[in-house]
Amino acid sequence: MPPTFANVGDEVVLELQGLRQLLEVLGSRGYSVMGPTLRHGSLVYDRLSSIDALPRGWGDEQKGGFFRLRPLPEPRLFGYGVGQQSWKQFLCPPRKSLWQARREENGLQILPPEEPAPKFAFFGVRACDLQAIAVQDKVFLEGTYIDPHYRARREQAFILAVNCAHACGTGFCASMGTGPKAASGFDLALTEILEGEQHYFLAAVGTERGRQVIAQVPHRKAGSAEQEAAARTTVRAAREMGRTLDTGDIKALLYRNYENPQWDRVAARCLTCGNCTLVCPTCFCHTVEDSSDLTGEQAERWRRWDVCYTVDYSYLHGGSVRATPRSRYRQWLTHKLATWIDQFGVSGCVGCGRCITWCPVAIDITEEVRAIRESERAGAGDQGSGGRSQ
Amino acid sequence: MLNAIADPMLPTPYRVLKVNRETGDTFTLTLKPPKGAPHFAFAPGQFNMLYVFGVGEVPISISGDPDKPETLVHTVRAVGAVSRAICALKKGETLGVRGPFGVPWPVEKAPGWDVLVIAGGLGLAPVRPAVYHLLARRPQYGNLELIYGARTPEDLVFRRELERWRGRFDFRVHVTVDTAKGDWRGNVGVVPNLISRARFDPEHTMALICGPGVMMRFTVQELLNRGVQMENIYVSMERNMKCGLGLCGHCQLGPFFVCKDGPVFPYDRVRDWFLMREV
Repeated sequence: MPPTFANVGDEVVLELQGLRQLLEVLGSRGYSVMGPTLRHGSLVYDRLSSIDALPRGWGDEQKGGFFRLRPLPEPRLFGYGVGQQSWKQFLCPPRKSLWQARREENGLQILPPEEPAPKFAFFGVRACDLQAIAVQDKVFLEGTYIDPHYRARREQAFILAVNCAHACGTGFCASMGTGPKAASGFDLALTEILEGEQHYFLAAVGTERGRQVIAQVPHRKAGSAEQEAAARTTVRAAREMGRTLDTGDIKALLYRNYENPQWDRVAARCLTCGNCTLVCPTCFCHTVEDSSDLTGEQAERWRRWDVCYTVDYSYLHGGSVRATPRSRYRQWLTHKLATWIDQFGVSGCVGCGRCITWCPVAIDITEEVRAIRESERAGAGDQGSGGRSQ
Repeated sequence: MLNAIADPMLPTPYRVLKVNRETGDTFTLTLKPPKGAPHFAFAPGQFNMLYVFGVGEVPISISGDPDKPETLVHTVRAVGAVSRAICALKKGETLGVRGPFGVPWPVEKAPGWDVLVIAGGLGLAPVRPAVYHLLARRPQYGNLELIYGARTPEDLVFRRELERWRGRFDFRVHVTVDTAKGDWRGNVGVVPNLISRARFDPEHTMALICGPGVMMRFTVQELLNRGVQMENIYVSMERNMKCGLGLCGHCQLGPFFVCKDGPVFPYDRVRDWFLMREV
């Protein structure tokens, strides 16, 4: 094992070979390494057996309702942004067994699941998604009740972040203050640098766990030229970013505008399909499903991601609370950008842009906020009747 | 007040001791904790998640006496698949219980105050534990009144108990129904209309309200008209709930999770959301 001089907070340089070994070290430490791969022309987070499985030389083109992978002129390993998946599928799986029950002579017995939580290493977490994990931590770990299933997975997870070298087409992380550079919440954070013939990675060591992994792979101290090259990379990505969301006063803005006619306009376009909730890396709503086998002796409870756009979501005996698409889109957007702040002390939006890319009718959350802001400025905001006065 | 729960996602099996029919579709179940389990301590206004084997789980308020935690009492109306299955349970059968959850009625603040308990329909079930609590400590409070309304005389729940309470000199009970046949000699009309009959000192009155949204809205308005302070009016809200833990998202009411920030709210805290449609 090569000696290491790296401490937490330091930056070191890894060559391609070092990155290859880093992934192997994670495997030898018992992690299931999950990272971006290509499958059927799509970007999918899956098990990475080696860095050869990364979509080397691929970039992406994203705009409202549009995602395509495009070949890049350079052999970049992390040349694309985020796809439709996020890491929440590993920390809070789309379907999770909560318990099984057995009918017995003297009642019923409830058995918690016994399988141990998987130990994941996330290879290539973007800054927006780091913040998304931090947001879900607040939801599942810092409330009145703690979700033991999330906790078991989260505590073990190793996070290798990657700073974005290019802005993705729909993201607006810079204006949300979440990216494109990973600031915290990682064990290791890489910046991929491709300049001329040089191809290397600057690795920031975020935790003791990260330091131990770095200690097992060949690396060298980062020089100022390398650090500057890395800084140039993320500055460029931030500069390229076209989209912004003005978060100034946003909670009060939305609280004042629950009756703004803009909700009717967006509802006329919204299909209430719920794609935005499924691709959103912070959306945490779920439902539970109870079932029994044919003999009626065994029953199970599963937890499944749920979508606030369904009529069923708010169903109460007699009808749904949010019967109209207008109210359901409003619930999603105001939750994400306003009520979330009251609930968890942070915005529910990290600016990843997934909801824009994967919306089949290209509804753009930043445009919707802008429209509300502008209509209020123009005096069209219905502040007098029914809007909140906060 | 939140009780510590070992694993809040796992139901505990309780056995049905007794089932009482309240109305055509509403039943009161008395449940017994499993052997060795501690008494079921709860505060008035809290609820449990009740699970019927293989069918599903629903949030149901506790309707029993908090001073008698040896048994657990729930009153359920058969309106959906799960509540119908609960109502079909027989003595000796088992159901799963998770809880207690939620913010209770602020009965600890009530000593020295006039207290109005106001309920519509099955809304009497979530306030009944508060009534038990107040009656057990009756000398501590000023005037104590219950205003209760149902659709018809046949829809009145806890009828014998209501009659017993009406026999007390220290508890005024007003009952009304929306419609009735000729043999009903009680009040006919909606709950808010009876507020004018209640005796209380508005400055020192606490109101606990549970019922359908429209009933609560007009009742609050009447109380405000009579000078009761907004922060002394408490409403119990209802939403779809899947977890009871503030994790599943279903019970949101603006910034609140009704399951853990409620179900009981001081009116001034929820007023804006309470008056808005489809939030």
